[in-house]
Amino acid sequence: MSVTSVEKDPESLTMTVTADLDATVERAWQLWADPRQFERWWGPPGYPATVIDHDLRAGGRITFFMAGTDGEHHDSTWEVIAADPPRHLELRDADVDHDGRPNDGNAMTAMIITIDERDGGGAVMAIRTHFDSQAGMEEHLARGFEEGMRMVFSQIEAVLAGTPA
Amino acid sequence: MVVAKASDPGVDRIFHALADGTRRDILALAVGGRYSVSALAKRYPMSFAAVQKHVAVLEGAGLITKEQRGRERLVHTDVDTVQRARMVLNGIEELWRARVDRIDDLLATEKRTTGGKR
Repeated sequence: MSVTSVEKDPESLTMTVTADLDATVERAWQLWADPRQFERWWGPPGYPATVIDHDLRAGGRITFFMAGTDGEHHDSTWEVIAADPPRHLELRDADVDHDGRPNDGNAMTAMIITIDERDGGGAVMAIRTHFDSQAGMEEHLARGFEEGMRMVFSQIEAVLAGTPA
Repeated sequence: MVVAKASDPGVDRIFHALADGTRRDILALAVGGRYSVSALAKRYPMSFAAVQKHVAVLEGAGLITKEQRGRERLVHTDVDTVQRARMVLNGIEELWRARVDRIDDLLATEKRTTGGKR
């Protein structure tokens, strides 16, 4: 397992996942920069992502959809806030109405990806996800629901461990 | 155990309710079901009305229930609902762990087919 830490903060609605990768920084960048690569890991088996537009420059857009064998279909549009190859990428859900609310039923989230050399070789990738709302967290999970939930049923933590006084 | 459907609109209310330190504190206190709203209010440097409002948000999310005990209405944490919120967060974590697993597979497959060169 190459995930080295997961920090969940329900208060600030962020989650940071840090992983060690057996790859160079440039290679790790390609996971995001090459749409064919991205398609191979973003969606779970049976619910893959298909990239339509992919302009990885500040102000550019990435659009893709996820489609399941059960007819489920989910569109996503991201705005590229910053792209500094091969170490720094900021993406934000882009399809919003004039109040800044998502108008496509998508959750409003932002992701900040940083990639660095790892001491001793390989790369460290950190993905910090900001959820716009509690509903955003729920939406994010809904897209990977089957996959995400299946594994946690047996490992619920102590009920109030996450709600300290 | 009640399993949270991510499409359940109640999950949104649960996270909203949990996104406040006072409310999380109230939840922890109310596990034993020994506090009334007025007893809770005495513990915080805020008005009774403010505490009552926090309790109402928690109640609206299904995180606590109130029960009549003699002349008092006692506040009681609903443990099942608190579990649902944690499951949603844990689910998101698993989503990312699975993504990283797929990235690992991708990198490993490539190494095998290209002899590590790229």
